Amino acid sequence: MKGVDEKEYLAPGHRACAGCGATIAARLALKALGENTIAVSATGCLEVITTPYPETAWEIPWIHVAFENASAVASGVEGALKAQGKEDTNIVVFGGDGGTTDIGMQSLSGAMERGQNIIYICYDNEAYMNTGIQRSSSTPYGASTTTSPAGKESFGEDKFKKNMAAIMVAHGVPYVATACISHPQDLMAKVKKAAETPGPAYIHVLQPCATGWGYSPDKTVKLGKLAVDTHMWLLYEAVNGQIEVTVKPSQKLPVEEYLKAQKRFRHLDEEHIEIIQKFVDGQSKQFGLTE
Amino acid sequence: MVKNMKSIGAAVRDPGSTRRNKTGSWRTFKPVADKEKCIGCGICYLYCPDGCITLEYDPDYDYCKGCGICAEECPVKAITMERE
Repeated sequence: MKGVDEKEYLAPGHRACAGCGATIAARLALKALGENTIAVSATGCLEVITTPYPETAWEIPWIHVAFENASAVASGVEGALKAQGKEDTNIVVFGGDGGTTDIGMQSLSGAMERGQNIIYICYDNEAYMNTGIQRSSSTPYGASTTTSPAGKESFGEDKFKKNMAAIMVAHGVPYVATACISHPQDLMAKVKKAAETPGPAYIHVLQPCATGWGYSPDKTVKLGKLAVDTHMWLLYEAVNGQIEVTVKPSQKLPVEEYLKAQKRFRHLDEEHIEIIQKFVDGQSKQFGLTE
Repeated sequence: MVKNMKSIGAAVRDPGSTRRNKTGSWRTFKPVADKEKCIGCGICYLYCPDGCITLEYDPDYDYCKGCGICAEECPVKAITMERE
């Protein structure tokens, strides 16, 4: 394919569920980064499915560390390479939303504040999918998870999703972007930009999860497109804090189209759908997508 | 110095070794491509979570888990899912 690295850096045979969005994100990101890359994985789905000991799906040097310290280890890798004069190697961290927005937040904040030359990619499936769909601070409002179950007393998660990209912009990170696996060219262009940026870069990738969200595995990409077309997920980049939207959907669909396609939202009544719609409308206005 | 270094943790020295595990056995439906219809856009190749669509746009049945994303996303409906 024109302009796309034909080598596979994530081998098949890995144990991801059929239709896994995390592996789409990792595979595309690695194609954008190329061979001269070292990857660090926080604990999470991607780590578990790609490295069932004694096998590994990774074709590049890769290190697994705990939830808490992936960014700290990547900082160490950067320092070690610097000492060896190998400063052109990409160092990329893959953390899930739990490993990024909850548990790995402190070391990520530290690495970003110190200006380490690393690329941090959060693959966001909006809950702890590997351990059984527990809510994270990235779980959206209204979603039913095993620790925010919908029922008589609850409508599911009662808080809005943590705005991680904004937190990274607030750190003064020179390149911050959001992406979605349904828009591969946009995703790969952003990963390339992140690699070319001296200093830290952060990319937050939304990736639908058939198991945790409750939809048929062939709809993973469709759900990503719906998230973008309803403005539930906005695709933008912030270069030195200057925000620019990179994908403008031709028409804005009602959030209900996205919500009703997933089991985790199917209990929501009109009142809650309206609350989500209002939140999304405010967001699209803020980013200049609507009047 | 490196020679005397003791290995800590679990090192795997065989990159890409998950290839030993043929996930094609998970499949209940398989994608079948109609090459007459294919326009070579590469969408199926880019979206495949298992990276098992070749550059000639043929599915690799050794690893294809049959998720059906390729058939769902093909813009000219050149891929159909058939029961194994």
